[in-house]
Parts: sequence; structure tokens; C-alpha cells
Amino acid sequence: MAAKSIISRPVYGTLSPQPGKHHLFVADAEGALAITDLAAKAPYGFFADAHIIFIPGQDGRHVAALEALKPAQFYQGPSFASALPRLKQTLANAHMGLRLYLAGTEGLIGQAMQAALEAGIDHTAIQTEHRGSLARRIQCVHCKGITEKVTTQPATCSHCGLLLLVRDHYSRRLAAFQGVCINAEDRSEIPPTEEIFR
Amino acid sequence: MGITFRKETFRDDFTFKNSPEHIRRFPFPFHEDSYMYAVNIEPHVLGPKGSVLETLIDVDEHYVAEMQDRALVLAEDPLRCQSLPHMTLAGWDLLELLMEQQALGYPEHFTLTRDGDRWRWINRPLGIDDSFTFGDVSTLPYGPMEYITRQSQGDFCILDQRDGNLWMDAGMVTTQADWSLDFDIGMNFFEWHAPVPLAHEKGIFVRALKFLTNIQQGKPARRLNWTMTINPRLDTSPENYHKWGPDRTTVTPENVGDKVHLRVELQSFWRLPRSNGIVFPIRCYLIKMDELVTQPKWARRLHRVIRDLPEELANYKGLTRYRATLVEWLSKLDDGSPTSPGFGPD
Repeated sequence: MAAKSIISRPVYGTLSPQPGKHHLFVADAEGALAITDLAAKAPYGFFADAHIIFIPGQDGRHVAALEALKPAQFYQGPSFASALPRLKQTLANAHMGLRLYLAGTEGLIGQAMQAALEAGIDHTAIQTEHRGSLARRIQCVHCKGITEKVTTQPATCSHCGLLLLVRDHYSRRLAAFQGVCINAEDRSEIPPTEEIFR
Repeated sequence: MGITFRKETFRDDFTFKNSPEHIRRFPFPFHEDSYMYAVNIEPHVLGPKGSVLETLIDVDEHYVAEMQDRALVLAEDPLRCQSLPHMTLAGWDLLELLMEQQALGYPEHFTLTRDGDRWRWINRPLGIDDSFTFGDVSTLPYGPMEYITRQSQGDFCILDQRDGNLWMDAGMVTTQADWSLDFDIGMNFFEWHAPVPLAHEKGIFVRALKFLTNIQQGKPARRLNWTMTINPRLDTSPENYHKWGPDRTTVTPENVGDKVHLRVELQSFWRLPRSNGIVFPIRCYLIKMDELVTQPKWARRLHRVIRDLPEELANYKGLTRYRATLVEWLSKLDDGSPTSPGFGPD
């Protein structure tokens, strides 16, 4: 987790079972471990009203562990984009008493929260837990394109090619950190690239 | 006697300048020889004749040229004007406020007539004469906020007040000092100020929010903020930073007086009557060093402020690259004699 930060940067917690009628989990990769940790603290029968939307990492791990929780619904998708229509429909049809839990990378948490905000759920009512990669989703302030899974500082915009300073300034609406041209004043200044969001 | 509107540009050939009367009325932001953040908010009441506070919504000789520049910015990038769906009522509130204030302060240029919901707005400098139904968006060529802020100097942020916080939920932002409405829209007061250094630790924003959420209708407040801009460029957005950023490398001892501009924001805060939102006009005033130093007190004081500015603030304001050149140039105009208290020239 980032040590020193600014106020717009999201703060993540630890998932814990909430009172509610239905429980919707969205997780990727090691986010599955936040769900199994929660399961250890959950009352008997908790997952009988649960729906898990899971995007495994490239290694495909943790699927069996989640299935073993015997959720009412379990979905495994190849990418967040492929899971999004299902997530949107679930949120649109949700009734009072739905609890939302997001776990995994910041990009996953941010985009699932974006869908939840659009469905009218307040961000403070959502449980989040960061697990796994520190890779960031960034919006280029210049061309507005989103670059996914950024691990370096600075990073190259995958749309317009400008070299971007990845800021801590974060927009929940865009589910993205802000990228601003790092050498706008003198393009010949090329700072060294470091991998800091692994 | 009406205002003589200048024909000038804020881009390309940069023909913007201030007349001698406008130099004297420039809202110089330093009341002493040093600067640090403070909650410098005060009631927005009328000030002396011949100052920018002669009316509460100031219209000056740059009005027409600024509105032309805004139209160019919006044509290039419509995302500079955004309003979340729940903010339309606040847009009508703002339209009413700006039409009333401009017609009140400058009857020779603006006229508002009302017959119930049937309104007629005449804006002579821009050649506009529109009749519309207040509250009916289909009777205007733009949404109410966009319509009136295409005819009003300064940026405008409309803040929704809920949960004890203020939310940046609508705005017209084309003359900003390096912040992005498109990125910040929907954020609360602390979030959109997150990148500002030093001020959070000093508790500035907690106190400022408390003050702002208590603003009452008919009792607006104001504060001044400042930065510096190379060339009289209104659009110093982060969106275009890669286009205007190189200007900062062009400052030399020979061109400081012409290129370096003090940029002052007169920010005011108004409670809106129907929506209970707050509108936050950010009015930008530019003055080049050659014009500013015609007032010897300002020259001496600006030298001391820029010379002694904490490094972190100088970085945040983007002065680092040309600060030494500027301080050297200003030092020749500072004989070390004391400056009188207060903002105004001697």
C-alpha cells in the first residue's frame, strides 16, 4: 500500500461480513483471498445469498477456493470488460439489502465502484480491500484516453504517446488516476523510468 | 459612459494588454511583503469606485475578447463545460444571478426584462437579444449554465451542498490555472483540493469548508488567489499543458517585462436560492510585469514576495524554471525602501 498519499486517493479496508439480504462480490486475482478470509469470519449460510463475480489472474488460481464457498451464483470471466454487462444488470436489478464487496487490484475496485456509483450506490456503503498488484489505471489529461495496468513512473500514454507523470490524484467517476505530461515544458528532458506500481 | 472593449487576443500573437486605468485597478493580491496560505475569505461587498469591486460581478475592457477566447476553447474541447444531471436548477440560479448583476452594474451594456417566467436578455457587446422562458431549457440555445457563462468573464464552478460537504458537480472552466474540470467533476471539497501542498496540514480546507457551507443567500464572500503565467494566455489548462508548457522555457532577462504575467483570481462564493448550491466564480486578471512595475510599490513588494516564496509553493505554482530570472529583473526596481500597508498602489 502507498505510504504517503493525498486525500483524493482511495483508502481501502478489510472485507467483513455485513448484515444484508444479498451479497455481491467482485474480485480479481488475489482479491479471492480477501473473500476466503471474510468467509472464515462469516456466519453459517452467509454465501447462500451470495453472488461472486471473479476475474482470475493469468495463472487461473483461486477459482476452486471460491467455488468451495458454495455461493448461490458464481461467475468466472476472462476480463473485467466481459464481466461488466453482468455486473451492471445485477446492480440495476438490486433491491434494498444488497451488500457490495470489492477486492483485488485498484483498477478492478475502481471500475466496479464506478458501475455501482452509476447505479446509485453511495461509495461509502461499499466494502473494499486491496490485494495484489499496485498497477494503476490512468487517464491521460491531454487526450482523455485510459491506459490500463500501468506499473511505471513515468508511463507512456497508450493512446497519444505522451510521457506521463502518474499522479496520486484520483477520480472515482473515471475510476482512474491522473496522468500529466512529465516533460511538457521541454520534451528533450526524459526522466528515468522506474517500475514502482508492481 | 460605457466601457470601450479592446480588440485583443490571449493566444498566437498575444495582443492582450491593460489600459492605464486598468493597471491602476488591478487587484494586486499582496497586502504585505511576503506570502503564505491563509483562510483569507472576507465578505464580498462593494469596494471603492475605480476598483474591480465597484460592482460585485466585474465586467471590464477585456470582456468581448475573453468571450471570444472562451468560444474558441469550447469549440476545441467541449469537456471544459460540464454539468451533472442534478445541477440544471442550479444553472438557472446562476443565469439569474449573472443577468441581474450584469444588468445592474452595466445598464448601458446589458438589459434584463421579466414578465413572470417570460424573460428577455439583451447583451449589446456580444450582439445578443434573446427571449426565453425561465426554467424551460428548450427555449435557450444551450443549457442555462453554459448559456450565461458564455457571456460572463471568469470560470464558474457550481457546488452542490450535501452530507456536510461541497461537491464540484458543474462548471464552465476555460481560463483555469492548471486544474481539470473533466477530472475533478463529482469530487468533494477535500478531494479536488487534494494536490495542493501545505494547506491541508495547516487545516486550511477544513476551516474554509466550514465557512463556505454556512454562506447565506445575499451575503457572498470572496478571496484572492494568484499564480504567474508566461504570455497573457487564459487557457492554461492541464489538457493543453504540453502546448503552453514550453512557454516557460522562453523567459530571458530581455523579455521578462513583456512575457511574465501576474495572474490573480478573484474568487467569490454565492448561495443560490432555489438549488441551495454555491456558485464559485473564479475571475482571472492578468498583468504583464512592464505594466505592473509602473506602480513602484507593487514592483518592490512583488520582488520580495517572489524572492522569499517557499520552494514547495514556487514549484506548485510552476515558477521554478524562470523564478531566478524574474527575481533578478525585479531586484533592480527594489531600492529596499519600505512599502505602505495594504494592496493598493501609492
